[in-house]
Amino acid sequence: MKPDRSMILATSVDLIFPAVLMFSLFLLFAGHNAPGGGFVGGLTAGAAFVLRYIDAGPAAIRTPGRLPGRLLGAGLGVAILAGCIGWLGGGDFLEAIKVSLELPLIGTLKASSALLFDVGVYLVVVGLVLTVLAVLGAEEQR
Amino acid sequence: MSIAAVLLVHVAVALVAPLAVRWLGRRVFYLCAVAPVITLIWAAGISGRVVAGERLIQRIDWVGPLGLGLDLRIDGFSMLMVVLIAGVGLAIFIYCRFYFSDRPDLGRFAATLSAFAGSMLGVVLADNLIALYVFWELTSITSYLLIGFEDGKAAARSAALQAILVTGAGGLAMLAGFVILGQAAGSYSISALLESPPAGAAVGAGLILVLLGAFTKSAQVPFHFWLPGAMAAPTPVSAYLHSATMVKAGVYLIALLAPAFADSVPFWRPLVIGVGLATMLVGGLRALVQHDLKLLLAFGTVSQLGFLVVLVGSGHPDLSFAGVAMILAHGLFKAALFMSVGIIDHQARTRDLRRLSGAHRSLRSTMAVAVVASASMVGLPPLFGFISKEAAFEAVLHDSGWVVSAGIIGGSVLTFAYTARFLWGGFADKELGHGIEPARAFPAAAAFVAPAAALALLTLLLGLVPGPADKLVSASARSLDPEARGSLALWHGFTPALGFSVLTVAAGLAMFFSRDRVHRLLKRFRVRLSASEVYDQSLKGLNRSADRITGFFQNGSLPVYIAVILLSVVAIPSWALIHGFNLPGRLVFAESWGQVAVGAGILAGAVFVARVRQRLVAVLLLGAVGFGVAVLFVMQGAPDLALTQLLIETLALVIFVMVLRHLPSSFRAVQWRFGQALRVVVSGCVGIFVATFALLSAHPGGDGHLAREYIERALPEGGGRNVVNVILTDFRALDTLGEITVLTVAAFGIASLVLVGRNREEEPDEA
Repeated sequence: MKPDRSMILATSVDLIFPAVLMFSLFLLFAGHNAPGGGFVGGLTAGAAFVLRYIDAGPAAIRTPGRLPGRLLGAGLGVAILAGCIGWLGGGDFLEAIKVSLELPLIGTLKASSALLFDVGVYLVVVGLVLTVLAVLGAEEQR
Repeated sequence: MSIAAVLLVHVAVALVAPLAVRWLGRRVFYLCAVAPVITLIWAAGISGRVVAGERLIQRIDWVGPLGLGLDLRIDGFSMLMVVLIAGVGLAIFIYCRFYFSDRPDLGRFAATLSAFAGSMLGVVLADNLIALYVFWELTSITSYLLIGFEDGKAAARSAALQAILVTGAGGLAMLAGFVILGQAAGSYSISALLESPPAGAAVGAGLILVLLGAFTKSAQVPFHFWLPGAMAAPTPVSAYLHSATMVKAGVYLIALLAPAFADSVPFWRPLVIGVGLATMLVGGLRALVQHDLKLLLAFGTVSQLGFLVVLVGSGHPDLSFAGVAMILAHGLFKAALFMSVGIIDHQARTRDLRRLSGAHRSLRSTMAVAVVASASMVGLPPLFGFISKEAAFEAVLHDSGWVVSAGIIGGSVLTFAYTARFLWGGFADKELGHGIEPARAFPAAAAFVAPAAALALLTLLLGLVPGPADKLVSASARSLDPEARGSLALWHGFTPALGFSVLTVAAGLAMFFSRDRVHRLLKRFRVRLSASEVYDQSLKGLNRSADRITGFFQNGSLPVYIAVILLSVVAIPSWALIHGFNLPGRLVFAESWGQVAVGAGILAGAVFVARVRQRLVAVLLLGAVGFGVAVLFVMQGAPDLALTQLLIETLALVIFVMVLRHLPSSFRAVQWRFGQALRVVVSGCVGIFVATFALLSAHPGGDGHLAREYIERALPEGGGRNVVNVILTDFRALDTLGEITVLTVAAFGIASLVLVGRNREEEPDEA
């Protein structure tokens, strides 16, 4: 722990961080019908990491290694994959394909390839925020 | 098996090879050889029908609305090319197995070579101009990757770049030519184009552009210089791409077009035959002064390509026949010769003829192969090269003027002279210069020589028994020009063509025996402005002007960057804005007092941002402006926008603070009066532009039918109640895909810019 790290801030960030991440996932999945979506969700998750950064300084995210790059790549890959599902359904590239599953006990589950596409957007945005934090944050530390 | 399946086999092999190399090592080339074997079996299966004159066609829809089809067809001529590509390819893959030692990037090489073979097959099988262009460029790209395979060497990299710039520029010209031809003919189908060739001035221009592409690809003067440069590639690549197949793509295209356009387009014959003859002579002369055996062969290839262009480009049935026979013959003997050079290089560690002496003792089988292939190249009986050259002499004497005849004879004499020099240089006992130890050559493994020997044997067999070749060549010449006739035979009687052959041999021998004098004479004719110098100079000029432009617009001053970006934003769309200026009739100042209050706050914040001196304060105020806008969004019932705006402002603030540390804590007063005025003007322009834009785009044409349509279609078609999200992930998903791609690129850009700056700062410490 850094000597000047605030105890109050540290405790509250520890509490808030998982909640914000969960909230960002909620935004992602609720996005098709309520405010939210991959972009907003990704930014929210990014904000969670910013909180960590403010709390612990660059040490918190200084060595993410290749994670941001992988997130970016995975995000683009998932988005393109979601686009290709449109072909599988006999439509055009990126045409959304909807499936609804009847699950026992849970009820009807509706899934769309647009959601998968949004997951890709989410990953790219998180990857971008992490990249910026890692690169500029490490820069600041010197 | 469909035609497309042949191409798909190559794609599959190219995909599998990099993975398989882990278990197979160098034997991965045997796996690659599967594709040409399948191709050959397929070709054998349909050969009966194709030789009988049938034309097999397969149409694959590609972009229907544009009339773009991936049409494939195989007739006699493409059959001959397919056999050549797959046959030589098979030999090359086996040769590669012994040429390379185990190295980690072998999988990449094998995959690229397979991909090339597939693309080259695509070139000769395509029946659509655009499809042909795509395959053509694929061969250029794979050629680039293969020339630059030794990517640690600067020479290989610049040779690869030179090759792709020259052939790529030609390819672009060719694309423009294809579009002109396609529009004039009303169809992009090659068969349709050749059946009823269009006419007119535009067609002439289009043909010149297409010829430009063919000339660059087939290394014709003055674009020939890239081919010797491409010898930086590993020898299997030179043997396969840069002698037997890829450089024949231009010849192939000229052969295809010549029967349709040679008679109707007045400049066709002078241009094509002139360029071909010049290439033949320049290549032959340059080959005579080379010391590097591979370069010698490369200039020889340039010369032979010129010869082929003369033959197939004249558009005369007999010459076409001879040209097709020469294409086949050249593929066989030149690939074998290159492979022999590769063996010499591999076993003696040099291919400089000034360091080689007495290699014939240890490389006996290699020399046998080289002698047979060379004899075929210069046209000695009883080899296939002799037969096809006889056919060429016969046709030239019969149908062409004395200029062409003299040029061909001259070129053939040169061919004899440089081929003799090649054999002498590679294998003979000779006096080396002072203090030069002859390089020691180690005997080569039989399997290493076998692929080259197989090709040499084939050129011998086809010479003794020309029947099968005759059938294939006749069928392919007929598919080019129904009137084409001719026969391949070893003995035609005492014809003028035989006299030509004798004359060629005699003069060639004379030139070889007085080689020292010839060499001195040629050395005296130093070309003042060589084509490769022109290339170097234009490349330098391009780089210099790019430097200047970059230096002007990106001079290192952040305000200038921003001014350039903002002014271009204002300049280009504002034309459209003025053009469609249509102020909505009913303007509302504000809908509630809340809006007025928030708006006033935003304005005040903006004014203070412009006035404060402390950078941190300015950043915070800017954030406040952003949050104010978010509040406005909430009041207007746009939670998605508000949420995004809020998050972006937060993140931007944090990132800003991170960077702030590197900037002075307060703004410097601008000393330069003019600069200050410029800032005010730029800001004013942007402000007015954005305000007008917002005002007008809120009321496109007065009714919000676009917005209404989106809202109406969101739930039934997009399956979501959140219109913004449905637009992002469904209606305009392609835009979103583009945006996240930009985000990814931006992330890597930021990372590399910062890291580059850091490394540069740290360098002195490390030193």
